[in-house]
Parts: sequence; structure tokens; C-alpha cells
Amino acid sequence: MPEYESGTEYIAHHLGFLKYGQKADGTWGIAHSVEEANAMGFWSIHVDSMLMSLLLGFLFMGLFYMVSRKASSGVPGPLQNAVEFIVEMVQTNVKSTFFAKNELIGPLALTIFCWIFMMNLMDLVPVDWIPLFAQVVAQDSHLYFKAVPTTDVNITAGFALAVFFLVIFYSIKIKGTGGFLSEFAFHPFGKWALPLNLVMEVPSFLAKPVSLALRLYGNMFAGEMIFMVIAMVGWFQLPLHFAWAVFHILIITLQAYLFMMLTIVYLNQAHTKPEAH
Amino acid sequence: MNLNATILGQTIAFAVFVWFCLKYVWPPIITALSERQKKIADGLEAADRAQRDLNLAQNKAADELREAKVKSAEIIDMANKRASQIVDEAKDKARDEGQRLIAGARAEIEMEVQRAREALRTQVAAIVIAGAEKILETSVDQAANEELVKKLASEL
Repeated sequence: MPEYESGTEYIAHHLGFLKYGQKADGTWGIAHSVEEANAMGFWSIHVDSMLMSLLLGFLFMGLFYMVSRKASSGVPGPLQNAVEFIVEMVQTNVKSTFFAKNELIGPLALTIFCWIFMMNLMDLVPVDWIPLFAQVVAQDSHLYFKAVPTTDVNITAGFALAVFFLVIFYSIKIKGTGGFLSEFAFHPFGKWALPLNLVMEVPSFLAKPVSLALRLYGNMFAGEMIFMVIAMVGWFQLPLHFAWAVFHILIITLQAYLFMMLTIVYLNQAHTKPEAH
Repeated sequence: MNLNATILGQTIAFAVFVWFCLKYVWPPIITALSERQKKIADGLEAADRAQRDLNLAQNKAADELREAKVKSAEIIDMANKRASQIVDEAKDKARDEGQRLIAGARAEIEMEVQRAREALRTQVAAIVIAGAEKILETSVDQAANEELVKKLASEL
């Protein structure tokens, strides 16, 4: 733990983003304080989240691409074996949950699971390592740098947004615009209760991407916060860190898996007509 | 919790990664997986088939062995029979041949005896005549005494 005035400041600094955007005086640049960061409007970007996200995405995609180029039906090497294990796990889950025919779902689920898992995995790296490394590289001891992209709601919401678009796209493609809209209007109570149906169905539909994004974000954010608190207790942090990390392995895997499964479920709903009431 | 353009960046990055995965990563791995699955299934089936074939071949070999044993026993039987038959025939032939040889020899002996006897007779007749000549110191008319001498010789 580097020197800070107080624990509050330590945590606050850890929660700050490396944010690029238009400052209050109209110039574009990196925000150097929380106030500056908050003053930026929508058209600003979290450089640290995007950087880590893309880095991990390329890492996982590159690894899988390497394996897939050399994939053979012969005896697999250890790496191919590991990759095949993951792909097969994803495929099994897709097959047992998604009943329509769509070539996109498998790759989509695989990308979600692996990428989110990789990002969550950054949570297990001791909380100061990556930020310190970034500070050294940038020659700025006060640089904000968030190492775990999934603790940024923008990243999780980005996934959820894409899934949301896919759900709408396939709903309209499979059921037609009328069929899709009638699900909101005439379910679950039939056409005479149309306003009630709308009041019930529209929020539950919109809640899907929101819950998808916030569940992952909330879990990872809370987990990282505990890592930060642990990092402040001196030498005792080592056993504590170990214990929480072991427990966290379960959480990061589970959250990645959950995100993947819910995506598959939502898309399956988009592909099937609800039962008549 | 402030939403900003990061959300769009992440959405776009996600779309690109999913597209890449769909295009280049997923299909080869799935193909390899299903191919291997098929290979293994084929291999297991081939092993089953080979085991079945082996059993069949073993049964067949055992059957053939049994048959060969029966056949060889028959052949040995037949050979034994034939052998004893040949021996019997040879024995019969040998006996006949022996009989014949014995009969021939006997006939020859008989003939020889006759011939010897004949020769002996003539010699004895000559000896008797010579003796009688000596005794009588006279020349006996050979022709006159021929009858007598022959009669004497035949009595020998």
C-alpha cells in the first residue's frame, strides 16, 4: 500500500478512473481529480477500462485463435485440450438451454464467458500491482488506474447493451414486429387488459439488460472493495487476501458463467413464442 | 456510477470479438471436436467388430480342427484296413507261389530219379554183361542174350 493520507483517500483513489474527455474549460484531456472527472459529460471515455478490456480480449481471442488454427481431430496438446474443454462446456450449456437454431449463440456465449472471466480474473491480482505498474509506465505517481474492467459499470453495461440489441433483433426477426409487440400488449392477461399487460411486461423486459449489467458490476465492485480494505490492514492482509481470493475464484467464475447463461436464456426467449394464455 | 462513451466502446469491441469468434475461432474447434468424436466412435466400433471377427475366426478354426481330426482318423483307419488287406493278399500269393515251387521241384526230382535210374539200369546191364563174359570167358552173343540182360536189368 503506497503512502496515503488516510484509508478513505486510498480507496477513493483506487476507485477513480483514468478518464479522457472534455474538461470544464473546454479543453480535452485526462481528468486529474474526481471533480474534474465528474464534470465531464457523456462523451468521455475510461481509458483504463477500455485498455484492460481490449488487452484481455485480445489475449483470450489470440489464444483461442492460435489453437483453432491448429485444431485437429488427432490427439490434442495440453493447450488445445484446455481450450476444447471450455468450448465443449459452452456448447453443452448452449445445447441444453437454447433450442432454436442459431450459429451465433455458441461463439457469443464463448466470448462472453471467456472475456468476462479474464476481466474478473484481474481482481485476483493484488490490488496495487497493476495501478502501480501503470503509474511507473506513465511517470505519474497520482495516475488513476482501475485494473478490473468489470468493476466499471460501463463495461458490464456494454455487454448487456449488445445482448439487449440482439434480443430485440432476433425477437423481431423470428416473430415479426407485430408478434414482438403483441407479447407486451396481450400477455399475460389477454387483450382486454392491455394497459396492465404493458405495465407488467415493458419493465420486466427492460429489467433484463439492467440486471445483467448491474449483477456483474455489483459483485465485482464489492469484491474489489473488500480486496482494498484487506490491503489496508498491514501484514495481516496476506492470509486475509489469500482467503478472500480463494473465495473470489468461485465468484468470478460464477459471475462469468451466470452472464453467459442468462444471455443464452434471454436469446432463447427471443427465439420462442410464449405459451398462449 | 457514471455512464459515458466507454459503454459504446465496449459494445463495439464486444461485437467485433463475437464476430471474430464466430468467423475464425468457433468453427474449427467445433469441427475438430466433432471429428474426434466420430473418430473415437468409429474406433470403438472397429474394435468391437474386430473382437467379433476374432471370435468367429476362433470358432471356425476350432471347427476345422475337429473336422480335420475326424478326417485324419478315417484316413488312418482306411490305411490300416488297406495295409492288412495287402498283407493278406501277399501272404496268399506267397503261399501259392511256394506251393507251385514245391510242386515243380518235386516233379524235377522225380524226373531226375527216373533218369538216374535209367542210367543206372543201362550201366548195370553193361556191368552184368561184362561180368558174365568174364565168367564165361566166352563171347556171348549179345543179340541172343539181350532179352535176358534187359530182364535182369529191369529187376534191379
